[in-house]
Amino acid sequence: MDFEVSEDRRMLADSLGRYLSDHYGIEHRNAVAYDAPFHDAQKWRDLAELGVLYALAPEDRGGFGGAGFDVVTVFEQLGRALCPEPVLPQLLATRLLMASGADLEPLLSGATRYAVAIGEIDAPYAVEDITTEATDSGGGWRLTGRKSVVYGAEAADRILIAARHAGGIGLFEIAPGNADITAYGMIDGGGAGEMFLDKSEAVLVAGDAGAMLQDALDWGALALAAEAVGAMDAANAMLIDYLKTRKQFGRPIGGFQALQHRAVDLGIEIEQARSITILAASRMGTQAQSRSVSMAKNLIGRAARLVAEESIQMQGGIAMTWEYPASHYAKRLVMIDHQLGDTEFHLERVMADLRPAR
Amino acid sequence: MDLTYSPEEQAFEAEVRAFLNAELPAELAEKVRKRRELTKDDMNRWHAILNAKGWLAGTWPVEAGGTGWSAVQQHIFEEECCRANAPRIVPFGLKMLGPVLLKFGTKAQQEEYLPRILDGRDWWCQGYSEPGAGSDLASLKTRAVRDGDDYIINGQKTWTTLGQHANRIFCLVRTKTDGKPQEGISFVLVDLDTPGIEMRPIRLIEGGYEVNEVFFTDVRVPVSNLVGEENMGWTIAKYLLLHERTNIAGVGFSIEALEQLKSLATQVRRGGKRLIDTPLFAARLAEVEIDLEAMRLTNLRMLADAQKKGAPGPETSMLKIKGTVIRQAINDLARRALGPAAAPFPSEALDGNAALVPEDHAANAASYFNNRKISIYGGSNEIQKNILAKGILG
Ligand SMILES: Cc1cc2nc3c(=O)[nH]c(=O)nc-3n(C[C@H](O)[C@H](O)[C@H](O)COP(=O)(O)OP(=O)(O)OC[C@H]3O[C@@H](n4cnc5c(N)ncnc54)[C@H](O)[C@@H]3O)c2cc1C
Repeated sequence: MDFEVSEDRRMLADSLGRYLSDHYGIEHRNAVAYDAPFHDAQKWRDLAELGVLYALAPEDRGGFGGAGFDVVTVFEQLGRALCPEPVLPQLLATRLLMASGADLEPLLSGATRYAVAIGEIDAPYAVEDITTEATDSGGGWRLTGRKSVVYGAEAADRILIAARHAGGIGLFEIAPGNADITAYGMIDGGGAGEMFLDKSEAVLVAGDAGAMLQDALDWGALALAAEAVGAMDAANAMLIDYLKTRKQFGRPIGGFQALQHRAVDLGIEIEQARSITILAASRMGTQAQSRSVSMAKNLIGRAARLVAEESIQMQGGIAMTWEYPASHYAKRLVMIDHQLGDTEFHLERVMADLRPAR
Repeated sequence: MDLTYSPEEQAFEAEVRAFLNAELPAELAEKVRKRRELTKDDMNRWHAILNAKGWLAGTWPVEAGGTGWSAVQQHIFEEECCRANAPRIVPFGLKMLGPVLLKFGTKAQQEEYLPRILDGRDWWCQGYSEPGAGSDLASLKTRAVRDGDDYIINGQKTWTTLGQHANRIFCLVRTKTDGKPQEGISFVLVDLDTPGIEMRPIRLIEGGYEVNEVFFTDVRVPVSNLVGEENMGWTIAKYLLLHERTNIAGVGFSIEALEQLKSLATQVRRGGKRLIDTPLFAARLAEVEIDLEAMRLTNLRMLADAQKKGAPGPETSMLKIKGTVIRQAINDLARRALGPAAAPFPSEALDGNAALVPEDHAANAASYFNNRKISIYGGSNEIQKNILAKGILG
């Protein structure tokens, strides 16, 4: 048994972590995260140069990573800095393009930014529930329906989109100009958009895409789990620091046992979150991938909300303010549960497969 | 044991309902239901309607222009107002300063200020907390030094709710630096137009603007603005906090929020199912309803008890804790019910056919984050637990 992180991944984590703390501090982060286009083109190029995107794909597909632990390494750092750049859609697109055999280089180099449109208002998480329709009556594929809360839609050069056709669920590509997109900002930072499709022209990427979509969503959920672990670590460090320095009744508030035990509880839950994320990362590409990812996303949903709520409560009024970074961490931590399956959704997936091991 | 209101109380309930039906402007109710920010005019408008009916000062005696209502009547009124989505009565003048002046103010102070609170000429805000004095309020440092017939005030207050609308602030200030900290505090009334006062906005977590910092530099205030005697401010503050804590359970808010949540859960769909028909979500909804039903009764039991004994006791701490936890649990479910659609900034919500969420629910995530405050202010839940622990363990 060996829980040491490999040298390569440690180096990536270090250089990415350093870059983000030097160039993507909370003030810059807030400026980017809460205003269109929710993306900083120069920083994007820098991140790509650091290898953030190459780390998402394996060597035989032009990357230098592609394993669960590579994804965890990248997203943990992004989470620590609350980085709002649309890296997650690139991971989903990488998985989809890998399955369809497309050239990944434009994506991995950072030159071409993808958005991936799967969820819908009534089908926010489950691929099998989507209703956007694809038809081909001779003149090429046309899509009709609405894709909802598509992350990074505004900054995307290319858009992959899932739709139902007579033979099942397919994956299509649609040029951003061919869809009617309304972009907006998110309460936890970053941008997304609604895509309105009315017989919009699209190109078929894969006719039978159910499995590859599920795979992409699994990887996305793993990435969010890692992002949450990074953000929880940072939020917790702020909390501990505050408990040591804030004085009331003539002593640091961290001296009150009512708070001490709860701070310890957070530490325990964060370690649980880290462990389940490591477990899921180790099972990517195995039979147990989907179930392990769901376990991780469920636990993360619970832990992240606890950390968010408790860190606000234990720091008091200051953590209710925009000016204090902890509030932005709290928002992101809570809202991660609204992406790619919430605690209930993933709990149901774990519940669906409760066979005894013996 | 009889859990129903008396015939008189039932008649009162019907009267309140009829009044709200007839007099609450639909635009205001809609704003409240959608949890949009109310303007100063909105709040003043509702106060004026209540004042015209003689129902604005629910906790004041009739002689002072109040209603003379019993605790149960006050409770009925609050609950009905919440159900009807009436704007919340701004508490600082009516529920905080009013009772203080009635108990500790001079005749002249009562005559000068009470009518101005009722007719809206004065908007008060509460200057208690300071950057260094939150839970430990008695450690406050804002200094008032006697100079002839004036005090000269220097220091800083913070978290001043709706100070941007106010023309006056009631402050706790330090008038004595030796001895026990509690024994050197005074309660003074300050006109915000006095030279040397600066107010700066604080932006909250969800982006809203409802609190401020207030800076005092050599602010001259006549000694006649002192309420009670010099250095008895702590007694007044404690009296006021007790008043602040009646209705602290916020049962009415929770009842209304739960109704809205249930309606939402029948509109939102996950795949082919309504959210309310998915077992995991339904279980959480049912649990919170159970908790709320129980707390409603706890609240009434304590109300009946307070009515008998004449004053609310430390059990209000229990209501504050449970009441805020339940409200926050409902806010949590209302946010979760929306799935990814909870995330867009409410100000960017789409409407009409493009709407992303059922009507009235665009602000669910923002409300969830904003309402984290309710377990922090008015004495945090930890401080309430300390009070209760002291009561049972000594
Ligand atoms: C939105 C908002 C509006 C407000 N409006 C007003 C207003 O209009 N006027 C006004 O005067 N004030 C107002 N307040 C201030 C409010 O009353 C304070 O925030 C509150 O008293 C807590 O103080 P603090 O924020 O400094 O936290 P702190 O006192 O620093 O507390 C931090 C944490 O330590 C805990 N803690 C402190 N002491 C103990 C202890 N002995 N044992 C266990 N735990 C402890 C607290 O519970 C909290 O979890 C407002 C606050 C907010 C957030």
